[in-house]
Amino acid sequence: MTARLGPGILRALLLALFAFVIFGPLLNLVLWAFAERWYFPSKLPLQYGFTFWERVFAPRGNAIASLGTSVWIALLTVAFSLAVAIPAGYALGRLRLPWRGAILLAFLLPQAVPNLPVYVNIAQVFYQIGLAGTITGVVLVHASHGLVLAVWIASAAFASVDGSLEEAARNIGASAWTCFRTITLPLAAPGLMASAIFVFLESLDEFTGTYFVGVPDVTTLPLLMFNASMGGNYQIASITALLLLVPSIGFMLVVERFLKADVLAMVGR
Amino acid sequence: MSSKGPPRAAHPAPSGGGGSAAAKPQAWRSLSTYWPALALVTPALVVVGVFFVVPLLLSAIGAFRAADGGFTLAHFEKSLELYTRDLVFTLGIVALSTVLIALVATAIAGYLTLGESPRAVAVLRWLYRWPLFIPFVVTGQVMRTFLAKNGMLNHALIGTGLIEPISAQSMLDWRGIVIAFVWKQAPFVTLLVAGAMAALAREHIEAARNLGAPRWRVLVEIVLPQVRGTLLVGLVLSFVTMLSVLSVPLMINPNSPTMITVDVAYRINTFADYAVANALCLLSLLVAAFGAAFYLRHAVRRAESGA
Repeated sequence: MTARLGPGILRALLLALFAFVIFGPLLNLVLWAFAERWYFPSKLPLQYGFTFWERVFAPRGNAIASLGTSVWIALLTVAFSLAVAIPAGYALGRLRLPWRGAILLAFLLPQAVPNLPVYVNIAQVFYQIGLAGTITGVVLVHASHGLVLAVWIASAAFASVDGSLEEAARNIGASAWTCFRTITLPLAAPGLMASAIFVFLESLDEFTGTYFVGVPDVTTLPLLMFNASMGGNYQIASITALLLLVPSIGFMLVVERFLKADVLAMVGR
Repeated sequence: MSSKGPPRAAHPAPSGGGGSAAAKPQAWRSLSTYWPALALVTPALVVVGVFFVVPLLLSAIGAFRAADGGFTLAHFEKSLELYTRDLVFTLGIVALSTVLIALVATAIAGYLTLGESPRAVAVLRWLYRWPLFIPFVVTGQVMRTFLAKNGMLNHALIGTGLIEPISAQSMLDWRGIVIAFVWKQAPFVTLLVAGAMAALAREHIEAARNLGAPRWRVLVEIVLPQVRGTLLVGLVLSFVTMLSVLSVPLMINPNSPTMITVDVAYRINTFADYAVANALCLLSLLVAAFGAAFYLRHAVRRAESGA
């Protein structure tokens, strides 16, 4: 359809437009992070600087504390999710299991149903038993959601391990546990690593659950960003948003190294 | 940790078992075969049950329970009386976003599959993924600045002469929510659909191209029907996700009419009114059930054929 219009030029124009759609909003965020003063008629900030960065990273600033809280919650969520998801993924990926399809579907439930009613009611229950506003409460909420990805990827990772290697180990006298520890687990490790990364990121970026369960004492980075933005402080909000983007984009650039095509092909099988 | 049972062959009725295996009832034998696997799956199922299914049931109960513990429809009456407009608004926004996501994802994935300039395909492949890695809260903040009256969108439109400076307006209303949703979710659906398209056999595509069919017809008539299932799954997942996102509507368009998620947060934070909040949640679940029915039907088919 572009044949008579100079296809090269039209294509380049469309790609440039698309690049603006993708990066324009992000560039706007970066500008706000460095803007000292910026109001309506001016296209660009009137003055650039690091004043707000100093405020965000000040030793008694909230951002560092929130970053610490976020990372700690994410690490605990990964530990808890994987502790439960690795055995489940192994059973789903390698063992004979009745109602296997139904069980896999049960782990899909948190993805296929809106989470809001769940968060609202968990918050109410946690409030009664003293878990509201605690790290434990937030970790439990994050883990129950992260589990979905963890179980599906772990199951795919175990399913892609070559069974004949295990049989060979068993035939020369390795115990079931030794075989799992020295053969199955190392071979599935890249896939498990990928699922750990996904769970970590999901926890780091989670907003709604923390908003209901974490109040008033647990302030993660997304909550801090939200509060700054709603308070009209676009600089602080933009700097915090950039902080949140670093791990997401960094991890996603390396995740393809862990999540090989043979594992991807087994997801949902 | 000997409970991490061996992969296979250790449990099905050992031969030295005294010959009683055949006499045992069928159900009992299958249970003894399967128990290690079931034991390994149980903790994960318990977590999903306790922290997802139970709260969901509590929501359903809470929506119908009167202050004295009896059954009532009053919470629904109040919800509909106060928030019918917002329910329609929510459904409209999510439906429109889903349609736009389908169009954008199909177009991008289609070009990735059928594009003839390898360089353009490579650039597009690198470009489209970025929003995928960006959390919803950040998307909210990003769009809050980009779509504002002083945002880069307006400056770009003015700079290219497409609009006059005087007609620059803030898009932070329903349009902002739709734009944020499409920006964030279209790459996700594109990823799924492009993957499915890449796995298709090339013969039909090549044959149609050789017969002189234009690329858009190849996309619509040959490629799209074969990846319809994947597209549907992606769209339903997006549909459900958008229904329960709180941060984007809260940051872009918190005033009435707004999305149900904002109303739920408002009922709880301002009035601690869990009953109406639950009724609202149930109403939006009803909307989602419509979409999830599609998804589960497809997922069951896939789980069965793959097992």
